[in-house]
Amino acid sequence: MILLLAAFTLVPLVIPALARVLGVRIFLLVALVPAAAFTYTLTQTSAMMAGAAPAEFLPWISQLQLDLSFRLDTLSWLLALIVTGVGALVAVYCTKYFTAAEEGLGRFASVLLAFTGSMYGLVIADNVYLLFIFWEATTVFSYLLIGHYTGRLASRGAALQALIVTTAGGLAMLVGLVMLAETAGTPTLSRLVELAPRGTTVTIAILLIIVGALSKSAIVPFHFWLPSAMAAPTPVSAYLHAAAMVQAGIYLIARLAPGFAGNPGWQPLLLGLGLLTMLVGGWRALTQFDLKLLLAYGTVSQLGFLLVVASFGTRSAALAGVALLLAHALFKAALFLIVGIIDHRAGTRDLRKLSGLGREAPVLAVTAILATASMVGIPFTAGFVAKEAVLSAFLEGAESNSPLGWIALVGVAVGSILTVAYSARFLWGALARKSGVERVRTFSENFWFLLSPAFLAVAGIVLAPTFDAVGSALAGYSSLFPAGEHDYALAVWHGFDLAFFISTLTLVAGLALFLARAPVFAAQSRIPATVDAGRLYQQLLRGLDRFAGRVTSTTQRGSLPFYLAVILLVMVGSVGTTLALNRTWPDSLLPFDDPAQLAVGLIMIVAALALAVAGKRFQAAMLVGVTGYGMAALFAFHGAPDLALTQVLVETVTLIAFVLVLRRLPAKLGKEHGSAHRVGRAIIGAAVGLFMAVVAVVALGARTASPIALALPGLAHEFGHGDNVVNVVLVDIRGWDTLGELSVIVAAATGVASLVFLRSRTDNLPRTPESRRRQSLRARLKPSREVVVAEYVPGVQDPSTRNAWLLAGRKLAPENRSILLEVVIRLLFHAIVVLSVYILFAGHNLPGGGFAAGLVAGLALAGRYLAGGRYELGAAAPMDAGKLLGVGLILAAGTATAPVLFGAPALTSAWFEATVPLLGHVEFSTSTVFDIGVYFVVIGMVLDVLRSLGAEVDRQQENESEALESGSTI
Amino acid sequence: MSASLALIAIMAVLFAVGVYLLLERSMTRVLLGFLLVGNATNLLILIASGPAGAAPFFGAEGTMADPLPQAFVLTSIVITFGISAFLMALIYRSWRLANADVVPDDTEDLAIGRRTASVAAEREVAGDDTEFGTRAAAAVSTAVDLDELERLQDQESITEQLKLQKLMDEAEDGS
Repeated sequence: MILLLAAFTLVPLVIPALARVLGVRIFLLVALVPAAAFTYTLTQTSAMMAGAAPAEFLPWISQLQLDLSFRLDTLSWLLALIVTGVGALVAVYCTKYFTAAEEGLGRFASVLLAFTGSMYGLVIADNVYLLFIFWEATTVFSYLLIGHYTGRLASRGAALQALIVTTAGGLAMLVGLVMLAETAGTPTLSRLVELAPRGTTVTIAILLIIVGALSKSAIVPFHFWLPSAMAAPTPVSAYLHAAAMVQAGIYLIARLAPGFAGNPGWQPLLLGLGLLTMLVGGWRALTQFDLKLLLAYGTVSQLGFLLVVASFGTRSAALAGVALLLAHALFKAALFLIVGIIDHRAGTRDLRKLSGLGREAPVLAVTAILATASMVGIPFTAGFVAKEAVLSAFLEGAESNSPLGWIALVGVAVGSILTVAYSARFLWGALARKSGVERVRTFSENFWFLLSPAFLAVAGIVLAPTFDAVGSALAGYSSLFPAGEHDYALAVWHGFDLAFFISTLTLVAGLALFLARAPVFAAQSRIPATVDAGRLYQQLLRGLDRFAGRVTSTTQRGSLPFYLAVILLVMVGSVGTTLALNRTWPDSLLPFDDPAQLAVGLIMIVAALALAVAGKRFQAAMLVGVTGYGMAALFAFHGAPDLALTQVLVETVTLIAFVLVLRRLPAKLGKEHGSAHRVGRAIIGAAVGLFMAVVAVVALGARTASPIALALPGLAHEFGHGDNVVNVVLVDIRGWDTLGELSVIVAAATGVASLVFLRSRTDNLPRTPESRRRQSLRARLKPSREVVVAEYVPGVQDPSTRNAWLLAGRKLAPENRSILLEVVIRLLFHAIVVLSVYILFAGHNLPGGGFAAGLVAGLALAGRYLAGGRYELGAAAPMDAGKLLGVGLILAAGTATAPVLFGAPALTSAWFEATVPLLGHVEFSTSTVFDIGVYFVVIGMVLDVLRSLGAEVDRQQENESEALESGSTI
Repeated sequence: MSASLALIAIMAVLFAVGVYLLLERSMTRVLLGFLLVGNATNLLILIASGPAGAAPFFGAEGTMADPLPQAFVLTSIVITFGISAFLMALIYRSWRLANADVVPDDTEDLAIGRRTASVAAEREVAGDDTEFGTRAAAAVSTAVDLDELERLQDQESITEQLKLQKLMDEAEDGS
């Protein structure tokens, strides 16, 4: 069985390619696989009848209790024969139905085979989750098959509708299956039915599974998708909507019935819905003009019939149910295929447009009559045997004074009358000569086209006499039910009993109803359709659309302040509630750690409050700087010198960057406010502030275990060979964090550059002519002051020609130059760079490290830029910021990953010491290389900021003012 | 474990003012708010790291401040700088290109809200009475020409789409 399923899985993959070569003959290949499965199933008959159901098992995802577990008991055997047998015949039929020119032929053939495979898997699966997977697979494939005519609106709509309805049911079923399997403690289907647990959970689970089964089998209230699905090609309807997929729900009910038919709600619910479906379907079928729709409503009716019988829960009814299942598959598939031939030949399925087809196509007519005879239960057909069995089973139920038995008997009898009437209407509509309608044209019948429907229709007759043998084969299923007083046995003739009498009565009444079709039809059209499930579905979907739209338009306002406010309020509301209920408050609250904290804190609070009402940009920048420097002081009081150092440096660089941007913006801050106005925003702000205070207190209170930090100094000294614990943590112990952070910085720096360089990103800073010349090695040897000296005009005390302390000083406008600044920077620059290198290497044991060192070096560059302008920056940093960032990242990542090459875990650090003459005892740890990487990345970041927000902004400003000037002179 | 009220108070104020500014539409104020919230968060980590102590160096005397959160804060300080620089570049660009320093409403989001007013009504799904029509081997004279039907349907759906487009454009203009 697993081997066959593998073929069902793999062959569809090659079919689209083969279809291009083989054309419609591809369907013969498609028929081969189910035919093989059919043959295999037949060979297992004796084993199955002996009571030893062949089973196969292959572990798959055992953790999820999902294994490839298959079992071929009587019910599976019957269904497997039906789906593979009809599947093969439909595939043969397709060779004539389609032409090689059909659009999407390969896809169709492939999906059809895949569908057959999933159907086969569905009926033999013995694991509920596996069953569900096949179940959903049939849904998806049926979507593709119904939507085969991708260009037609009706086809696409019907496919989607079937998908939505059956998937919704399938989801409910999945929940039910999980509940059931969990309660019973086994996912094995046969075990589940044997155990048949009881209880509220099981009742709910079974109800949910029933929802899935009903949606699949198009039972009221889900019946509407089946007639819509008639937009599918007719072979699909014959297979999916008669023999295979729609019977899956019935199969599941029949599968569960031995264990759960006694569950509360089962019988009244299924009996009620089944009868309702039978009557609604039959009633609607009487009003159809499209033969295919007539059959579709007939199928809905028959599915309701099947449901009533399969769910009834007695031994006789169970036997009758499986017999009916078989008979229905045979005659209904045949009838659909016949309709396909009619459409293929006459170009219409409308019975008002067809006339005289019976005489023109006698073989077709005979086939149709045979199949219909089985459908209405004319004696000596399979349908007759099944119907007799059903009526006898219900009579037996009624005799035992069960009201349900009476209801079922009467309901089914009325339903059968409708069945006879619409069957007669079908035959009349398809074959009869009608006055006033043009007769169909003569056309020869094709043997291969007729083969499949004829085979099925004849099988419905030929099988009937053998039904006592069939019955003994099927007894394996019905014997799962408790034995009654006198159990029914299938036979082609039971004599003139009560069941036969009822059966004959329904035939007569049905024919009478057909003959009186004109007044009946008039009466029907006068009764308005009170509930139209299809329209309800449409309204539901439309309502859902509208609801989604309304929700979207109320929540997605497009306003960032609004979104942020909502997020913050939810945070305060939800986390705040949890916090209020918690029990980890700190032991005590100190007013302060250090009196100086109070002073600094007061300054910071005042600055922050002033910031809230600050109206000017520079004022705001300064105030935010105050809070930043205050942070540095707080860090220092807390015992975090590294943080204090870094904070001071970062604050300075931030301030410089801020000022660089602000000079291009108007001095006053705009008056644009957020969605929440001043008071609202203040309330949200205060709430968040208070909330965070509580968070801090609770977090501190939760610090009860001794922190891992106690071990860190020892680790840092012993393994990291550094005394500065924070630095060793950054470059060694938690180096991955730092590596991630470096990536963020590189991304941010690149982002800054790409935002400011509006058109192209020039990688190199502008240089003065001399520095550009210095790029070649030879030129570099020349005295660098040459150009400056050449332009020096002695005796003229003009500041613009004054000799420069800095390389590019003269490039600045005279009024922008500060000789004092130039001198100071000139004197300090190299010293600061050396200092930064010292901080870098000392950082392992003293406060400092790559971050602080990089910021110091960056500040040195910022000084050069502020004193000498953008040309000066180009001269000071002749290297591209992007390259610095890249080199830094490579160094850090390389240090992190290099140990892997030596078989050590990533980020393992190595340590060397040596005595070098001149320098003395030198220690070196590879984590220092990591820190150098950090150093480069930070310098690159600062340089990128200076280059973009400084130099490039300058250039743009100069361009603009130049353009303005030239504009005014013209 | 005891907490320092002073630190908590500073943090709360920084958060409060930070959020107040973040909820503004002026991008510069948003940046200021971001800086304040960044500082406040660093402070939160510091508070949660336990009481103050000696600087975390090997061989330090007395109770040592927890070094691990300090490493986190150090990382966070530098990242905050990176993000602020990015925000500054955004502000500059927005000012230069649009002469605006505001966070505007997202027009796409607004358009979604409007569009729902005219959700196209899904049509009733009804099939034709044939798959072959005039293409059938011996078609009856009343058979439907499917190609013609398809063409008409296409035309209809195009007209409908144009109508919808026009409605949306009008909604856009109206805003």
